[in-house]
Amino acid sequence: MYAYIARRLLATLPVMAVVGIAVFLLLHLTPGDPAVVIAGDYARPEDIEKIRENLGLNEPLHVQFFSWVGALLSGDLGTSIFSNLPVAKLIGQRLEPTLALAIATIIFAILVAVPMGVIAAWRAGTLTDRVIMVFAVLGFSVPVFVIGYAMMWLFSITLGWFPVQGYKPIGEGFWPFLRSITLPTVALGIIYVALIARITRASMLEVLTEDYMRTARAKGLDNNALLIRHALRNASVPIVTIIGIGIALLIGGVVVTESVFNIPGLGRLTIDAVLRRDYPIIQGVILIFSAAYVFVNLAIDLSYTVLDPRIRY
Amino acid sequence: MPRLLTATRRAALAALAAAPMALGLGVGPASAESVLRIVPHADLKNLDPIWTTAYITRNHGYMVYDTLFAQDEKLNIHPQMVGEHSVSDDGLVYTFTLRDGLKWHDGDPVKAEDCVASIKRWGQKDGMGQKLMDFTKELKAVDDKTFTLTLNEPYGLVLDSIGKISSNTPFMMKKEHAETDPNQQVPEVIGSGPFRFVKEEWVPGAKVVYAKNEDYVPRSEPASGAAGGKVVHFDRVEWIYIPDPATAMNALINGEVDLWETPAVDMVQLLEQDENVELAVIDPLGTQGWLRPNHLHPPFDNPKARQALLYAVNQAVYLQAIVGDPKLYKECAAYFICGTPNESDVGVGALQSHDPEMAKQLLAEAGYKGEKIILMQSTDIPVLNAAALVTAQVLRDIGMDVEVQAMDWSTLTSRRAEKKSPADGGWNIFHTYATGADATSPIANIGVSGGGVERAWFGWPTDEKTEMLRDDFAREADPMKKKAIIDELQGRLFDHVVPYVNYGQWFQPVAWRKGLKGVLVSPVPFFWNISKDSG
Repeated sequence: MYAYIARRLLATLPVMAVVGIAVFLLLHLTPGDPAVVIAGDYARPEDIEKIRENLGLNEPLHVQFFSWVGALLSGDLGTSIFSNLPVAKLIGQRLEPTLALAIATIIFAILVAVPMGVIAAWRAGTLTDRVIMVFAVLGFSVPVFVIGYAMMWLFSITLGWFPVQGYKPIGEGFWPFLRSITLPTVALGIIYVALIARITRASMLEVLTEDYMRTARAKGLDNNALLIRHALRNASVPIVTIIGIGIALLIGGVVVTESVFNIPGLGRLTIDAVLRRDYPIIQGVILIFSAAYVFVNLAIDLSYTVLDPRIRY
Repeated sequence: MPRLLTATRRAALAALAAAPMALGLGVGPASAESVLRIVPHADLKNLDPIWTTAYITRNHGYMVYDTLFAQDEKLNIHPQMVGEHSVSDDGLVYTFTLRDGLKWHDGDPVKAEDCVASIKRWGQKDGMGQKLMDFTKELKAVDDKTFTLTLNEPYGLVLDSIGKISSNTPFMMKKEHAETDPNQQVPEVIGSGPFRFVKEEWVPGAKVVYAKNEDYVPRSEPASGAAGGKVVHFDRVEWIYIPDPATAMNALINGEVDLWETPAVDMVQLLEQDENVELAVIDPLGTQGWLRPNHLHPPFDNPKARQALLYAVNQAVYLQAIVGDPKLYKECAAYFICGTPNESDVGVGALQSHDPEMAKQLLAEAGYKGEKIILMQSTDIPVLNAAALVTAQVLRDIGMDVEVQAMDWSTLTSRRAEKKSPADGGWNIFHTYATGADATSPIANIGVSGGGVERAWFGWPTDEKTEMLRDDFAREADPMKKKAIIDELQGRLFDHVVPYVNYGQWFQPVAWRKGLKGVLVSPVPFFWNISKDSG
């Protein structure tokens, strides 16, 4: 087990190296020049050239790359070309909102989707099942921003229950935090609710027809014990897998949700940086996202051993 | 049992009442701090308004820095940091004395040597500043409060230059900061303006915070444009950047912000219907659209092909496509902005004629034989996206073969610097726009420069006569003679150079919550003078 974890952790190094090289090359080979953006629309070519020189953008590509890698190995993600602030500080400022939104979304999705999937499977073929599946199809089909604006109109503008935009750190109080995170969480979570509910239903249906389930039922176990302790436990590996994939997909969803609800998270930071070609920020954020992706996958793989004792690494 | 139930209920109620405190739900002590929350037009990414010409950084400059002179709402120049000034009889020596009470945010007094260093730095970077420096023999501090500017020869734009309202605005900085290379950012933000920048609360991409500068001594005159007394009525001003227009609109309607600087034009109608929101155009100069042809390569290296564009363009079509609401635009052919002293109607006939047949004839005379026209389309800026689509159709209507190349604005700004032929990665046409404040004079309006490959703006028009007339305008002090030069220059621009085709003038409204008072009329949004009804 430990050897497996060590091997997986070591395997992240070449993955991160490939991501780093690909991101660096993609960015620097993409048209667009941060010096032009900095200098503004009315700058003269000679001013733009001086700014490029000061920023080191005139250096050959390999020199820029090795200077970035060198700094990276010493723990320095670089400095934003525009704000002159360290990338690590900018990411630090944005990490809490993104993490809060991602964690809240996953918790919300699991708490709503798993019971929905279990009930749909238990009541397969009934009206309850159909209603849940219609919801799942709808949740999958309606884009996050449409759900976001609709909820904003109803719960913020009309009812005044939640703020339209912004994020309150948990340090400013739990209630303001909860109010600021509720609508984005639900808007972003609906698609994951749909996804997880469908997979839960399918897995449960498969398990519910197994012989051991019939035996358990024949022994007179009540529905709760039957569904939760026996069926759900045995159906959990595909569900956990889809939750893991969902966490990875969240990276994309977070970007849209942060824009709609004006949450100053990593998604917004990335978009702004891409539009301005702020290379150090884009490189830093993508490396962080890649690392998160790799570690989430590792955590999911390890969780299988807990959920299914037959699995050994 | 009933007593027990009651006790339980009481305990439950007490627990419920205490829960908000435990969970941090309490609202806490009421804050007496007054805050003005605005949604700016862009995110403040950098802090040095000399290093960059970005308007958002200029607006930040007005919050924290002050200027020697300033333009009022009618664009007249008035002293701001300067108390007294005089000009020698021969018009060569300007003497400026700073007014009393000026202090930097760190408590040091503002000195003449700070202003000398600031003007020198700005003079290396800004177009008008460079022109002024070309005419300047010496700039020196006489004592702590007085400095002089000595010219080589009379120059008519000294005060217009150091009092210019838009980028790069000559903001005064501490000497040690003003001595920074103008192509590097100043290390700190220490101004002498009406607000202090709260750096520790700055979250790039989200929020900028300014605190009232309690030491600031406003002038006694009423505020007008950038001039007059900068009286601040709020303890804090917060810029909350909301890039999504629908979210910004909802935040304003919901009262989460007080003012939205640039409401999207397609949301203006919705905002007008909200009884708690007020809309007004505070920049009477508006914005001017530019269709910029590349003067280096066929067919637009030929004046006739450029004139063909004048006949082909119909401003009304463009303005409908990009603005829609006729209240917010006007057809205006003048190069130096309608509604200003430099507005002229000389030569405007071609642009007002809307004559595609004439355009076709001129194209034929220019020798156009169906070569592909590369039109760069910026898809991430709605106004420019729409203008490019209209132009593509306009050019096809006059028989041109147009290839529209879609890209984001960042890519376009890099690509437009390419001087190669369109077939080798260059371009023929792109669109942009200039705020009226940056286009009101031949010196400020960089689009009309005829300096060619070396000195003109992207597109590189080349015309010695244009440059000569711009210099004449800069030297001239007599308003009547200046106007005559403007007329001659505009005639030259329409009849020969066609540096760009003006596709119309439009006006961006500002939206704010009812109850907000004192929003100043100006091309730049200012946040002094504004107050809020307590009711």
